[in-house]
Amino acid sequence: MPHDHRDHDHHHFHHEGMSPSGHPYRGDNDGPLGYWQRMEIAVRELLVEKGVLTPAEIAAQIEAMDARSPANGAAVVARAWVDPDFKARLLADASAASREMGFDIGPLNLIAVENTADTHNLIVCTLCSCYPRNLLGLPPDWYKTRAYRSRAVREPRSVLREFGLELPDDVTVRVHDSTADMRYIVLPARPEGTEGMDEAQLAALVTRDSMIGTGVPRQP
Amino acid sequence: MPERVRVKALTPPGHVRAPWYLRGKTGVIERPLGQFANPEQLAYGLPAERRPLYRVRFTMAEIWGDAAEAPADTLDAEIYGHWLERVDSHAP
Repeated sequence: MPHDHRDHDHHHFHHEGMSPSGHPYRGDNDGPLGYWQRMEIAVRELLVEKGVLTPAEIAAQIEAMDARSPANGAAVVARAWVDPDFKARLLADASAASREMGFDIGPLNLIAVENTADTHNLIVCTLCSCYPRNLLGLPPDWYKTRAYRSRAVREPRSVLREFGLELPDDVTVRVHDSTADMRYIVLPARPEGTEGMDEAQLAALVTRDSMIGTGVPRQP
Repeated sequence: MPERVRVKALTPPGHVRAPWYLRGKTGVIERPLGQFANPEQLAYGLPAERRPLYRVRFTMAEIWGDAAEAPADTLDAEIYGHWLERVDSHAP
């Protein structure tokens, strides 16, 4: 923030608002509660008061949601790479195939889209931030930004370039806008030179971004 | 030949899930998805009818015209049947 000392009659500290290492302090959340925050607290307290749920059950559910990670999706991708029958089932019905591996994906309607030599898929939700949370965990912050949501459908190749992915002209980009009840996961192409690797080793190559389409798997 | 459909160019008030940038645009049905509760009623806590939902594939050229980054790239979106009208491929 620019400072003009002539306009300041208070004491000016060089590192005002900064930690000793020069980073800004995060402000305390001292503002008043919003409407929905009050609503959430009221409903939660009523559910506890009436004996419908215990605070421990609520905490356990939050923990379970936080514990979901892209590792679940990576395991699904690695299985598809080593098992052609599973891959066929995944592309036909990704919800059923994920459940078959033991992942609790709830009522999620999942569609897997496959990257090939001539097709690259990219997932976005322009209307809000739909994301296959049960399989990939919480979405990254950038996925929810207006910039990503608007640019992914208008200039996907430029967006991918900024993620470090330069696609040749002969590769078709297919953008998938999650506008309603489906959620999407990209089945990235198996990297070359991974013939001798087992499923667990392969899963370690599958990044979160490679399942959103903003990246490709790690090279071994 | 895949079925050609146009997203209705309507501007109703309230919660809808047909994105603005696709209204009036023509695409092909990529696959039917089955019946889902209509979000236009669900959003208001109303009893929601089940309506057919489709994945519709558009070309970037159709959506963005001359401004398309790569005209042959595609975009798939889920559009409810009541937002779609059939396009007669024999029409002039």
